[in-house]
Parts: sequence; structure tokens; C-alpha cells
Amino acid sequence: MRGHLILRVVSKILIPFLLMFALYVQFHGDFGPGGGFQAGVIVAAAFVLYALIFGLRAMQKIISPALLEIAVPLGVLIYAGVGVYTWILGGNFLDYNMLDSHDPSHGQHLGVLLVEAGVLLTVSSTMLLIFYTFAGRGR
Amino acid sequence: MEFLFNLILLLFLAAVTIGIIGVRNLFAVVVLSGAYSFLMATLLIAMDAVDVGMTEAAVGAGVSTVLLLSALHLTNTEEAPAKHSNVLPMALALLTGAVLVYGTWDLPRYGDPDTPMNSYVGDEYLERSIPETTIPNVVTSVLASYRGYDTLGETAVIFTAGIGVLMLLYGRRRKGDDDEGDGRS
Repeated sequence: MRGHLILRVVSKILIPFLLMFALYVQFHGDFGPGGGFQAGVIVAAAFVLYALIFGLRAMQKIISPALLEIAVPLGVLIYAGVGVYTWILGGNFLDYNMLDSHDPSHGQHLGVLLVEAGVLLTVSSTMLLIFYTFAGRGR
Repeated sequence: MEFLFNLILLLFLAAVTIGIIGVRNLFAVVVLSGAYSFLMATLLIAMDAVDVGMTEAAVGAGVSTVLLLSALHLTNTEEAPAKHSNVLPMALALLTGAVLVYGTWDLPRYGDPDTPMNSYVGDEYLERSIPETTIPNVVTSVLASYRGYDTLGETAVIFTAGIGVLMLLYGRRRKGDDDEGDGRS
């Protein structure tokens, strides 16, 4: 879409705000609506918009498919890893109270933060990877 | 006021659905289904399910519209004319719809406080969430903490779905890339 000046300029302005909003949804999930899944799909939608306007090749220069192939399982590993870590600390699987020895509620906040980060990573990279494989087939 | 708002949105939804059935151009169908998702997202926000609305807008209207468009790129944009009569599928769809409407009669009224889901476990979560976890948003504390196993399973499902799509599409593309002269590219 080289010629579409308005689309290019508007999306260039919009994409940072989309990513910012995704981060807000991610880190504000404890207090307002949202969380890892919602933030993940917004991140994916922002990158898909970038790929639509500037081309798949430009997008893959920023995030390569190989990187995504690592990120998809890494998110699940982070999530399960938190569970295993609480095991090692002597609690049950995914027992976030164990994460902070002084204040269990801090442990809860930390656990939810880590787990949501894992969800964000898996959801956004899976979405993008599916988009890459679909969009790459036509050429 | 809210009733009027919901009524207008539902009427729009019905109009878009009839449009999707009637139009034979697949590009128009994809655009209309994107519009359907946006209307649905607005309805979900009107029902105070903002997080579901966000997901619907980003996935339903955003990513899946793009995926359908890129699938359209590989096929014809006009729907092929039907080879058989439409009577049987029509009757089946109407019957299924009638059964679903019949099923809604047994559902509790929307927001009814005396339903099982609002009276036993739901109350328990609302009472215990803030003293136990100090997370103000109960949805998050239920999803990520009390029901952490379920969300781990959900993440694993998304992971599996991604791997499945990769195995179906990616492998074939690699083969096509190896021998460039297979006529399609």
C-alpha cells in the first residue's frame, strides 16, 4: 500500500497508542477490565495493522517468524514455571502466596502479573504466527 | 434508554445477518461479518462485559477479518451457485433455531440474583477475593488465581491451536518454497 498516504500516516500515529492501550489493559488488569488475553489480542491487532499498511516483509523484519516460534511455547512455560516454582518453595502448584514470604497478598499480585505475562506472550504470538502463515501463502 | 439502545443494536445485528445470507459476493460477506463483530462488541459493552467486548473487537472484527480476507485472496470472490435445493438446509436451520429459542425459556433472567451461579460460589468469591488476594478486580483474581489451573489449560489450548495451524499450513508452504517451479507461485 505504498500510495495510500492517509492510511500510512494515520496508522503510524495510531499504532503506538494501540500498543500503549494494550500495555494499559495488561498491567491494569488487577484493577479494571482486561488481562493477558485481551492485551494479547490488541497487540496482535496492532501488528497486523502494521503488516497490512507497510507489508508483511517489513513486519517480519521487526518480529521474525522464528522469534514467534520461540515466544508461543515460552508463554506457556512461564505460566507453568510459576506453578513449578511455588512447588519448589513448598506450596501447592500455582499457590501464589508462596512467592512473597512476608506478605501473601504481594505474592498474589506478583503471581498474577507473571501468569498474565505468559498469557500475553502466547496469545499475541500465536495470533501473529497464524496471520504470518495465512498471509504468506498467497504469494 | 438502555432497552432502546439494545433494541437498536439487535435490529442492526439482524439486518447484518440477513445481509450476510443474501449477498453472494464473498468480499462483502467478510466486511459484513466484521461489522457484525463490532455490533456484538458494542452489545457486550452495554452488558458491562468490557473485557469480552475488547476481545470481540480485536479478534472478531480485527484479526479474523484480515485472516478471512487473506483466505479470499486464494479463492474466488463470488460464491458458487448452489447445486442442490435449499429447502432441506433451510428447514434444518429453522428447526435448530427453534430448539435454541425453546432452550432459552429455561434460562434464568439476565442478572437475576437468585440463580445458582449468583448465589453459592459467586458470593463466596466476591466475599473472599479482596481479603485473600487484595486484587480489586474479582474477574482477574478468579481467572488468574482461584482458577489458575483453568487459565493454564486455556493457554495450553491456544498454544495447541497455534501449533495445529502451523502443522497444517506452514509445512506445505515450506515444500512450495523449495521447488519454485510448481506453477502456482
